[in-house]
Amino acid sequence: MKGWAWLERIWPSVPILSALALTSLLLLAFGTSPVVAFGAIWEGVFSTPERMLTALAFWIPLLLSAAGLLVTFQAGLWNIGIEGQFILGALGASWVALSLHLPAPLQITLEILAGIAAGALWAGVAALLKRWGVHEIFGGLALNNLAIILTNYLIAGPWQPPEGGSFRGTVPFHEDAILPLLGSTRFSPLSLVLAAFAFGLVVLALRNSAWGLRLKALGRNPRSAFLLGVSSNREALLAMLFCGALAGLGGAVRVLSWFDSLRQSISGGIGYLALMVVILAGFRLYLTPLVALFFASVLSGSIVLQLRTQLHSSLGDILTGVMVLFVLLFGDFARIRNLFKSRGSKEDV
Amino acid sequence: MRVELQSISKHFGTVQANQEISLTLDPGSIYGLLGENGAGKSTLMKILSGYQPPDSGCILLDGKLQNFRSPADALAAGVGMLYQEPLDLPPFTVLENYLLGRARGLTVPTRQAARELIELGTRYGFQINPEETIRNLSLGERQQLELLRLLSGGAQLLILDEPTTGISAEQKDLLFASMRSLASKEGKTLILVSHKLDEVQELCSQVFVLRKGILVGGAKLPCPQSELVDLMFEQLPPRRRRAKSAPGKPVLDLQGAIVRTARMDLERVSLQVGAGEVFGLAGLEGSGQELLLKACAGLLPIAQGRRLLAGEDLTHLGYHATCNRGVRYIAAGRLEEGLVGGLTLTEHMALVTEEPSFLVDWPANRKQTAERIQRYQVVGTPESMVEELSGGNQQRFLFGLLPSSLKLVLMEHPTRGLDLRSTDWIWQQLNDRRTEGTAILFISADLDEILERSDRIAVFFSGRMSRVLDAAQTSVDELGRLIGGQQ
Repeated sequence: MKGWAWLERIWPSVPILSALALTSLLLLAFGTSPVVAFGAIWEGVFSTPERMLTALAFWIPLLLSAAGLLVTFQAGLWNIGIEGQFILGALGASWVALSLHLPAPLQITLEILAGIAAGALWAGVAALLKRWGVHEIFGGLALNNLAIILTNYLIAGPWQPPEGGSFRGTVPFHEDAILPLLGSTRFSPLSLVLAAFAFGLVVLALRNSAWGLRLKALGRNPRSAFLLGVSSNREALLAMLFCGALAGLGGAVRVLSWFDSLRQSISGGIGYLALMVVILAGFRLYLTPLVALFFASVLSGSIVLQLRTQLHSSLGDILTGVMVLFVLLFGDFARIRNLFKSRGSKEDV
Repeated sequence: MRVELQSISKHFGTVQANQEISLTLDPGSIYGLLGENGAGKSTLMKILSGYQPPDSGCILLDGKLQNFRSPADALAAGVGMLYQEPLDLPPFTVLENYLLGRARGLTVPTRQAARELIELGTRYGFQINPEETIRNLSLGERQQLELLRLLSGGAQLLILDEPTTGISAEQKDLLFASMRSLASKEGKTLILVSHKLDEVQELCSQVFVLRKGILVGGAKLPCPQSELVDLMFEQLPPRRRRAKSAPGKPVLDLQGAIVRTARMDLERVSLQVGAGEVFGLAGLEGSGQELLLKACAGLLPIAQGRRLLAGEDLTHLGYHATCNRGVRYIAAGRLEEGLVGGLTLTEHMALVTEEPSFLVDWPANRKQTAERIQRYQVVGTPESMVEELSGGNQQRFLFGLLPSSLKLVLMEHPTRGLDLRSTDWIWQQLNDRRTEGTAILFISADLDEILERSDRIAVFFSGRMSRVLDAAQTSVDELGRLIGGQQ
C-alpha cells in the first residue's frame, strides 16, 4: 500500500491542476494563450500595491461571510441565505448612512452595528422558518430574492436620488459615512481589523467554546446530541444569528468601502462565493482565509485580463467554479480509493 | 407447487441466522412459520423470495433447482413475497402502481389493465378503485393491491410476512378468507410468517418453528397452545435468583397514560416503579414498550393521563426538563442515539458537563475522561473517536457519562450485542445504582435477562400492557404466552 500513501500526499493538488488544465483548454479553444491569460491575472493582482490592496478589499467581506459559514456548517446547517444576509447588512448600513449625519467615529459605529443587526435579523427569519418546517435552503433562497427585491425597491423608491430614480443606485454617502480608505484605493484598514477580530472570534468559538462543541455534536448527529442534552432549536438559531451577523458586517464593509452608495447588485454574489470558498477549503478553519484570498485574487485579477486580452473577466469565475466542482468530484481521496477498491467485489452489492 | 428447501444456511458476521434448514411444502396448503424476534424467519423467507442468496443449501420448485438473483427472478419462477411494508409508490394511483414493471413498449394499455385489475380484485373479494391514489389507502388495502400484483405476476407460492400487523379486523377476515380460497380452490402454497399463535392456529394446517436460526420442530394444527410455546421459547434450567429487595417509595408513577404515534397507539398504562426496583418490559419489538419508555423520558407526549416523578407532575415537560430532574434514557442504538460519531471521548465528556463555562477547560476534561475510562474499564483513550470503540466499550462509556446520582434510568436493550463479560459488568453497574435507590425500567428481547434481572415484569402486545407480574412467580412459558397475545 506504499503507492497509496504517496498518492494520498499529493492528491489535494490533483483537482486544482485539473481545473487549471481544463481552463487552459478552454482558453486555447478561444484562441488565447493560457500563459498570457494567467499572466494577466497575476499582473492584475501583484503588479502594483494598489492592485494588491484592491484584492484585499475584495477579500475582507468574502472572509467575513466565509467565517460565518464555518459556524453554520459546523452545526450541520446549509445557510444558503447568506447572500440575502449580506445584502441586508449593506441595506442596514446604507440606511444609517443616508438618514444620519454624525461625527465620523459615531456614524461609522452605528452603520456597522446596523449592518450586523440587519444581517442577523435576516438569518433569524430563516431560522424561524426552519423551526416551522421550512428547510433552511428553501427559506434562504426565498429570503435572498426578497433581499434583492427590497434593494431595488429602496433604490427606485424611498432612497432614490433627488434628481430622479436612476435604478442604478442611491446618491453617494457623505464623506463621514464612508470607512477611512488607504490612499486612493478601496481598502480600509479598519475593515481588516474587524475581519481579523471576527475570524479570531470564530476560531475561539469553534475550537474552545462549549457552544462550538454543542454545534459540532449537533452537526454530526442531531439525535444523539439532543439525547446528550443539546437544545437543537436554540443552538441552531444562535448559529444562524452569528453567521448572519458576520455576513451583515461583510455587507456593511462592502457598501461603505468598496462602494460609496447602495447599488443594485451590491453583493456581487459574495455570499454564494463564500459558500464555494468554505466547501473548497473542506470546512477547515485555517484553510478558509487562504482559499478566500485565492478567490479574491483571481477574481480581482481577472479585471486586468479583460483589458489585456479580449476575454471577458468571467474567466476568473469559470476557473474558481471548475475548481470547486473538481474538488467535490474527486477531492476526497478516501472516497476515490474505496471506489477503486470496491471494483473487484461489485457482485456483492 | 411443491417447494423444497434443502439445508439452507446463512450467516451475517458472526451471527448464524439460518442453520441447515430443510423443509418441504405441498401445494394447496397454508403453512405457519413461528419464532421470536431474531429467530431467523425473515432471513429464511428473504432467501426463498430471492431477496438474498443463501451461503449454502438449495431451493427446489417442483423438483427443479432454482438459483434466484433477485425478487423479480423469484416471482418469474412463481415465488411472491408480501412484505410488512408493501413495496408500492405512495404518490401513484392504484392503476399506475399496478402497471409499473409490467408495461412494455411505448403505449400503456391503461383501459385494459384497469378492467383486468378490477376483475382480479372481484375474484378474491377485494374492492379496487384504479383511480385512487396509493397514499389515501389503508395499509390493509395496499396489502390487497400488492397481493393482486403478485398473483397477476404468476405467484404460485405466496409468503406473507406479519400481514395482520396494523390492519383492521374486517380486513383481516377478508385477507384470511382469500388466503383460504387461494389454497383450497387454486392450489397455491401459502406461508404465514407470524408471532401471533391464535392466527397461526386459525389459518394454518401445519406450522414450523424456528429458534436461534435452527428449525426446532413443527406440528400439525390445531394442537395445544402450550406445545407451540414450548417450541418457541427454550426451556431453561432453573435460574439463579438474586436477592430480592423491598422496593422503596414510588419514583415513577404513570397514571392512565395514553401515547399516540402515527404507527401505533399505546393504550392506557398505569405503572409504578419504586426506588431501588428493577422493572422489565417484555414483548416483541414494536409492541408498544418502546413508546412507554420514550414517554417516561419525555421524548413522546402523553396524550392523556399523568406522569409523576417522585411526586412531581412532569406530564407536560419535555426530555431535557425531565433529565434535569434526575432521569436518563439510554437507547439501543449507541452510535445512532447516544454517542456522536466524529467526536472524541473527551469531547463527549465536555458536552455533558453540567453548568459549562463559555470556554471549555480541555485539560480538566481530558483528566476527567481518563479517570472515567479507568473506572468504567473502557478500552480506549481520551482522544479516541467513539466510533473506534467496540460495542461493549461504547456501552461502558455511555455509563461513564451518566451523572453520579439519578432517580430513574430508562434503558432499551441494555446488553444487546454484548459479550458475557460486558453483560455482567453492565448489570453490576445497574445493580450498584439500584442499591443507591435508583429505579430502573428496561426493555429487553432476551426473556432470560428479563426474568433474571427484574423484580417485576410487564409484557406488551399490540400496544397493550399486560398485568404486572412478579418475576419470582412467573416463568418463560407464561411470558411467552403473553408475548404471543394470550392471556
